[in-house]
Amino acid sequence: MQVKLAVKRFDPEREQDQSYVQDYTLDVPDHYTVLDALIQTREEVDESLAVRCSCRASICGSCAMRVNGHAGLGCKTKLLDSMDKDGVVQVEPMGNQPVVKDLVVDMSVFWNKIRAVKPYLQPEGPEPEREYVASNDSMLKLLQTMGCIMCGACVSDCTVLEVNENFLGPAALAKAYRFVGDPRDGATNQRFGELDEPGGMWDCTRCFECVEACPKGVAPMDQIMNLREEAAAAGFTSTIGARHAEIFADTVKHSGWLDELQLAVKTPGMFNIGAQLHNMPVGIRAFLRGKLPPIVHKAIPSVRFVRRIFEKIEED
Amino acid sequence: MKYAFFPGCVSRGGCPELYPAALKVCERLGIELDEMVDASCTGAGVLQEKNKKLGDTLNARTMAIAERMGYDTIMVICSTCQGVMSRAKYTLDNDDTYRAEINALLAEEELVYTGNVQPKHLLWVLIEDVGLDKIREQVQQPLSGVKLAPFYGCYIVRPSDSLGFDENPERQTSLETLIELVGAETIDFAGKTRCCGFPILTINEKASVNMVANHTGDAKDLGADAMVTPCPLCHLNLDGYQPAAAKQRGKSISLPILHFPQMMGLAMGMSAKELGLQRHVIDTKPVQKKVGQV
Ligand code: SF4
Ligand code: SF4
Ligand code: FES
Repeated sequence: MQVKLAVKRFDPEREQDQSYVQDYTLDVPDHYTVLDALIQTREEVDESLAVRCSCRASICGSCAMRVNGHAGLGCKTKLLDSMDKDGVVQVEPMGNQPVVKDLVVDMSVFWNKIRAVKPYLQPEGPEPEREYVASNDSMLKLLQTMGCIMCGACVSDCTVLEVNENFLGPAALAKAYRFVGDPRDGATNQRFGELDEPGGMWDCTRCFECVEACPKGVAPMDQIMNLREEAAAAGFTSTIGARHAEIFADTVKHSGWLDELQLAVKTPGMFNIGAQLHNMPVGIRAFLRGKLPPIVHKAIPSVRFVRRIFEKIEED
Repeated sequence: MKYAFFPGCVSRGGCPELYPAALKVCERLGIELDEMVDASCTGAGVLQEKNKKLGDTLNARTMAIAERMGYDTIMVICSTCQGVMSRAKYTLDNDDTYRAEINALLAEEELVYTGNVQPKHLLWVLIEDVGLDKIREQVQQPLSGVKLAPFYGCYIVRPSDSLGFDENPERQTSLETLIELVGAETIDFAGKTRCCGFPILTINEKASVNMVANHTGDAKDLGADAMVTPCPLCHLNLDGYQPAAAKQRGKSISLPILHFPQMMGLAMGMSAKELGLQRHVIDTKPVQKKVGQV
């Protein structure tokens, strides 16, 4: 079949340092992946094209790139699934990481974030005579995060990293959960303390981009939610994020649905005058437009059943 | 055509203009709605941060109530409600043990979650159930010459495996389809499926407002007259925090944000007033003028 690759290129040695799109039209077998086509391009058409790869089998994590605007592994993405009606596939380097050349990005951003969460076991107490043992069952919930191949696709598409480079990001937070959830690790509270800081687990906007991008089913956002849930259960409840979730849950428990007024007023803290004043212009504008939630918040008729569900789950 | 109707919290709370607008559009198209007065909040992903099981149970309960009411579809008018309910459904339908645990929690109210009920946004109902031809018949005031930027909201596009895109691929371009159908022009831009920033508003306002600035600013730069969204939470941020976004960006944006039923209503000849366009933070008069209402 014929395919046209529209590749976003960047050459640091070019006079003008702007990136540009170059089209390559090739004849390839139907089963080809995007990476196969790029390699064929490099070998037969244009040896200056820079692309990073190794295993070609979704194992090593070297070949992450954006195909039609979304990050994934070049070697796992079939051309047939990616061509538009004119046979065009758009290929770009990953986002949120500086481009070195063409499709190759500088992954030090990625690695620095991984390093920041101390991605190694920090056991407590006297060293056992032999290895540290964990039961099979206790490790099952970590299988997902252990599947990470460090490709960077999730980081590429993270919406928060686009506006806040201090955010630890999906891969590092998923990795943090891999150790928080490990029964042999003794530094859980210290880890929670660090993850509670700005740029940590509460800065994720729950956009699912990382879940969509990850080629290995790690679902980083789900791991971040696990972190939040377990941190709150361990008593880390003072951040705005944790308080917000708590008050949200309280209002739903109370009436069955969300009381936005309560949530808005209570989250920053009733007596946090600075925050209340800061939020006032938004509130006033909303009020003037008749856009404020109802002051009288009525419970749903069968709210007692909702409360029972809360109680039963909270008991567990 | 009759559905169990789950209005969600925000359409009656922070965006009170959405609820009546959606109802009017449905009425015009002959969609009958049976409002689920006993359903609870979906948790919006926030409750799930505290306890995922709690969220799944509440959503299972809502779907079970709809089934008891005799429906197989719950119509929603919020991308977040859609996504959160769909995700709960996906989890429950793929894990028998978990479903049994959740059903045990529902037993006291004599409810059973079977998996036979699906949540469906009005956006999808219009395209899949009402049909484009029938809607076209109701377009009395085509929005010709109006340039509209679609903004979906994360939860109605991701995670794709729980949103039925395999069986219904047209869902992924549903907003554009309706924008064109009402005679307007689509302004395509990179931000249309990205996050509006609302979930981190209280945690990192600067980052959240930065997202608003990027999306509304980009759409404006591309010539959009307004942005259209099926998500009231996106609306809260894109409309309510646009003044802050303009400040951050250092130049005015002034891009009206329409709830998608308002766009439909305008095209059906309803007045801006009955659709609640005066209740937005960003002045909607420029769009009203464009559609010949001012
Ligand atoms: S869900 Fe969170 S971590 Fe994942 S891409 Fe979105 S903001 Fe980033
Ligand atoms: S979490 Fe997934 S997408 Fe992110 S680095 Fe690991 S394997 Fe790649
Ligand atoms: S080349 Fe190894 S993962 Fe693609």
